[in-house]
Amino acid sequence: MIEQEAPAASAVPRKRGRAIVVTSGKGGVGKTTTTANLGAALGASGASVVLVDADVGLRNLDIVLGLEARVRHHVLDVLEGSATLDDALVTDKRVPTLRLLAAAQTREKDEVDTAAFRDLIASLRDRFDYVLIDCPAGIEKGFANAIVGADEAIVVCTPEVSAVRDADRVVGLLGDGRSVKLIVNRLRPALVRKGKMLSVDDVNAILRLPLLGVIADAPDVIVSTNKGEPVALDAASPVGEAYRLIAQRVAGTLTGEPEIPRERTFFEKLFGSLR
Amino acid sequence: MFEFIQRFFGKPASSETAKERLRLVLLSDHLSLAPDVVESLKHDLIEVISRYVDVDAANCDVSFEQQEAAVAMLANIPILGMRTRPTPPAPPPDPPTPPTAPPNSGRGKRRRRRASPAGANIAAPAPPPAPAPGAPGFSPV
Repeated sequence: MIEQEAPAASAVPRKRGRAIVVTSGKGGVGKTTTTANLGAALGASGASVVLVDADVGLRNLDIVLGLEARVRHHVLDVLEGSATLDDALVTDKRVPTLRLLAAAQTREKDEVDTAAFRDLIASLRDRFDYVLIDCPAGIEKGFANAIVGADEAIVVCTPEVSAVRDADRVVGLLGDGRSVKLIVNRLRPALVRKGKMLSVDDVNAILRLPLLGVIADAPDVIVSTNKGEPVALDAASPVGEAYRLIAQRVAGTLTGEPEIPRERTFFEKLFGSLR
Repeated sequence: MFEFIQRFFGKPASSETAKERLRLVLLSDHLSLAPDVVESLKHDLIEVISRYVDVDAANCDVSFEQQEAAVAMLANIPILGMRTRPTPPAPPPDPPTPPTAPPNSGRGKRRRRRASPAGANIAAPAPPPAPAPGAPGFSPV
């Protein structure tokens, strides 16, 4: 890890941060939620993190993080020179080392120049330990822009045939030059036991990627998104803990096989509903 | 309980159905994404068949079709005539000439060699053969 204590500012000496794109192909599998929580968990551990919303036209990372009221400028303003990077970076309310670069809401993905986006990511890498890029769904220009500056990728996949098929396609498009890892999202252990849902092994028998972690389909995630508070910052939430463990795996401070969420016991369900 | 009885009587769990459908669709996806592989397969097929009969190499067609329970390879290879003197089958085969090395299409490492229950229909668009029993061969390499 490089110079964790220094928060990002123009005067800070150059870092060599990691640019990681969070992608899936299919929409609605939890890319944005994953980006927000992974960023929050990495930031809370002391690393400097910038989250880049590459979903131009469908900006969402700001609202998931609860920062929608603070966004003044977006990524296209920076690329076009109508705002500086420092103007556009929004600092998180809870995690001081976490910044957001929001997407443009009223523009289109085709308006983003791929080479300019790559340069932007490169300049962010000089300033932050982690540059996490929230990729749009699909495999068109928005996807090409989102992956161009990243040399690592996290593929988010739910245990559904459509998500697995699209993830397989995306892994092919990411190419051999990138490190690609997997997060299985929205697993329902009870359904897996009953043979009604693909298991993590079923999914990864097809994708065959290093597994960063598995997130259970849990109400905590929905509730935290409603509030704009990343569940990764909720010390009491098991899903929050799962995100924190994923952050540790990304940082390289945790190794070994990730834990697969198990069904909650009767008492856990009882007390969980009281929370 | 009902599910248990269903499982007891061998009704497949829907996750098994999902796995099988995924296996087929990905096989089909990968074949259509690897035209160079299909091209070199076609080249080799024509080469082998030409040892026995004269084929119209310019009008050969090899394609893959996803069917209900398998991906079938359909090869349409027009035959012009018998070879006057069939090549004797006994002598040791020539060292296999490698097919024109397919250019790396960017998916190189991920192109998987999965044995598939694929049947070949040679010059006859008849019903494809049934998949091998037990749908074998799905072994992630």
